[in-house]
Amino acid sequence: MTATVTTPLRITPLSILGSRRALRLIERNIYVYRRSWIIFVSGFFEPFFYLLSIGVGLNKLVGALHIGNRLVAYTAYVAPGLLASSAMNGALFDATFNMFFRLKIAKTYDAILSTPLGPNDVALGELGWSLIRGSTYSGVFIVVMALFGYVLSPWAILCLPAAVLIGFAFAGVGLAATSFMRTWQDFDKVSLAIIPMFLFSATFYPLSVYPGWLQLVVRATPLYQAVALERGLDAGALSASLVGHAAYLAVLGLAGLVVTSRRLARLLLP
Amino acid sequence: MSALGGTVTAAARAPSHLGRPRWLRSLAYWAYRYKRTWRGSITTSFLYPVIYLAALGVGLGSLVNHHVHTVSGVGYLEFLAPGLLASTAMQVGADEAMYPVMDAIKWGRTYLAMLATPLTVRDVLRGHLAWITFRLVTVCAIYLAIMEAFGTLRSGLAVLAIPAGVLAGLAFVAPIMAFAGAQQNDRGFSALYRFGLIPLFLFSGTFFPISQLPRWLQFVAWATPLYHGVALCRGLALGGLGVGPAVVHTAYLVVVVGIGYWLATRSYAKRLEI
Amino acid sequence: MDPSDAFGATSRVPAADGEPLVVASGLVKRFGEFVAVDGVDFSIGRGESYGFLGPNGAGKTSTMRMIACMSPVSAGTLRVLGRDPDRDGPEIRSRIGVVPQEDTLDLELTVLDNLLVYGRYFDLPRRVIRERAEELLDFVQLTERARDRVESLSGGMKRRLTIARSLVSDPELLILDEPTTGLDPQARHLLWDRLYRLRRRGVTLVITTHYMDEAEQLCERLAVMDRGRFAAEGAPRDLIAKYSTREVVELRFGATEPAGVAAALEGLAQRREVLPDRVLLYSDDGDATLGEVHRLGLTPESTLVRRSSLEDVFLHLTGRTLVE
Repeated sequence: MTATVTTPLRITPLSILGSRRALRLIERNIYVYRRSWIIFVSGFFEPFFYLLSIGVGLNKLVGALHIGNRLVAYTAYVAPGLLASSAMNGALFDATFNMFFRLKIAKTYDAILSTPLGPNDVALGELGWSLIRGSTYSGVFIVVMALFGYVLSPWAILCLPAAVLIGFAFAGVGLAATSFMRTWQDFDKVSLAIIPMFLFSATFYPLSVYPGWLQLVVRATPLYQAVALERGLDAGALSASLVGHAAYLAVLGLAGLVVTSRRLARLLLP
Repeated sequence: MSALGGTVTAAARAPSHLGRPRWLRSLAYWAYRYKRTWRGSITTSFLYPVIYLAALGVGLGSLVNHHVHTVSGVGYLEFLAPGLLASTAMQVGADEAMYPVMDAIKWGRTYLAMLATPLTVRDVLRGHLAWITFRLVTVCAIYLAIMEAFGTLRSGLAVLAIPAGVLAGLAFVAPIMAFAGAQQNDRGFSALYRFGLIPLFLFSGTFFPISQLPRWLQFVAWATPLYHGVALCRGLALGGLGVGPAVVHTAYLVVVVGIGYWLATRSYAKRLEI
Repeated sequence: MDPSDAFGATSRVPAADGEPLVVASGLVKRFGEFVAVDGVDFSIGRGESYGFLGPNGAGKTSTMRMIACMSPVSAGTLRVLGRDPDRDGPEIRSRIGVVPQEDTLDLELTVLDNLLVYGRYFDLPRRVIRERAEELLDFVQLTERARDRVESLSGGMKRRLTIARSLVSDPELLILDEPTTGLDPQARHLLWDRLYRLRRRGVTLVITTHYMDEAEQLCERLAVMDRGRFAAEGAPRDLIAKYSTREVVELRFGATEPAGVAAALEGLAQRREVLPDRVLLYSDDGDATLGEVHRLGLTPESTLVRRSSLEDVFLHLTGRTLVE
């Protein structure tokens, strides 16, 4: 990546957000993590710990469950769910916590905006970095799944792009939410949205345990859509509903980005 | 504006509260500060137990009960709830001992402001520790009330799960305060979370009996304070805790708290006595 | 080391004949109902050093942020380097350096990385940035701290690093918002020295400051701002000549309240100012005025005759009351 290389990032509609200059922000984040690689590496472990604990520890207690028509061991059932929820968590952490710190506390972006970069370059750059980081983690997790034999069909290869899409959706929403936040206390509300979703959105058990009305509520949550997408792809249980899940996530991410790009200019360039 | 216009005389000085330990003043500060945030904090103290117990105890529990009927002789919800009580105490305690301590040392510098008064480093530490203990008591009491509402208590001694949970929490608070006192920035905290607290949360017998783990991991789990906190709370909430194991668990936790406190005293002194 | 060595080789695009670098006319900045900058006109020539003086809230920083293309213009026109900030913000920003009022160093990076990463925002090749970064760290005397985290630097060091950072892109126009506020005298003089050298190299400086000595030292031309408008504009010497007298007589009357004798002093000088602890008489001949004071039979506890300063002009134009 030298100044002479021109790789225009003109993939509509992302280009409405920023320019090639966004790459410079990704470069910044590489500099940051070069000096705190341990934090970067630690990100690999969290979903893995969950898989070992809930997946393996509860495997004998829960027994086999259905994905589509296939009966699979509980660990194999949970693994794609954890893939989806860790893609969500990673993206949200970057888009809310880290973003808020740089936006309001460290004022990192104030300095950046006195350079040729604009607010939309900042948003696009942070989003890009978040996706790069998230897909690294997801990729490793999929490899781990494969090694343990939890990958159920060749279609699982699509789990990686699906994880990137999930990251995109939640990063978009997270960025939009952060643009409205004023204090650290507002993050309690973020947790209040994420934790119930994480626990209830069919990551750990099928929807069928719920009464009918609650099933409808859970189906409407973005994490349910994400989990269903990953689980369907992992098991090769292809159906039209997978396209629906993907479309839901794409729309969510784009909507978040549109809100973000409107808010960010006003926040950063008063 | 007498504060500016008057002349300072000895009589104008604040009366001294002789006999009352000075650390109470530091505790009073934290309590005063809590006034701003207690509503949100109490709400979450109610909400999260309900969410966890409903999602995992009832939801996941319905699958477990269907498949194996009982875990350690009780339904999955009953099994899970006391474990979550101890884990929550750990988590709340750890939270209170990380960022607020760093804030008081470095960002908001509350400790430094306190040390400009007659308070000593030891008073500052004790006051803060007392405050966190109070928080743990409220969190554990609320948890126990919710467990009762879910109908998961099986023993007359269940109310003792409150002090047991507080003790389990303090087994993390004291050493983490020592750790936080020595940190230059908050990066160590994320590592502690990811490599310390989360694995403990997941592998210390909260979600499943550690007998489900491979043998070597069982030994690791047995060595952690959270395992003893979980076992103690579970024994008290469900009954059937022998005197021997109760003494072992309690003694283990007390020793950890004691060592942690000693380390925190040293760490605070090193950081703040300058 | 002279900084011109560091940049001597870089070629500068000469301005079109005498065309000013910054031109504003009827420039307005509004935040909702509040008017921060209320229709100001100025032009800053290439190589000039231009200062904005004024109490807090006078509109200095808002004006600076508009020049830096970091804040959209609400009304009026502004041209920076001959271009429109609304349309060509990124291109303009690539040619200017900014030292903001509060340090906005990247806390997640080391001292050296702050310069390297910032240079990359300007799309400069890494090799070029690395060379410049080393020279700049030397220039602001931070070479030994290159590998340290920014957090560990003292206030003065952070300020110097911020200035070094603003120079990484070798800017034609340098915008400094209160560059020496909060620095100790040594650090201030070091910074003045560095800014003086930049001026000699032909860098255009735009500065805001609260320090009158700094304004006199650094600025060829000044605008005194008050409540969003220009109260006066000109060279420091001209401003003193125009808005103050050549000399000022300061009289202290000990236990007597100055207000008591103030009436007697009426008409002795061109202007008289009564303060809680002293009376100021503005006059072109201080000694003569003091003689008249004595002739009236008044015996001040202490007297001082001094040259009029920029501070007198400033307080005269913007008043002595606090504006927050």
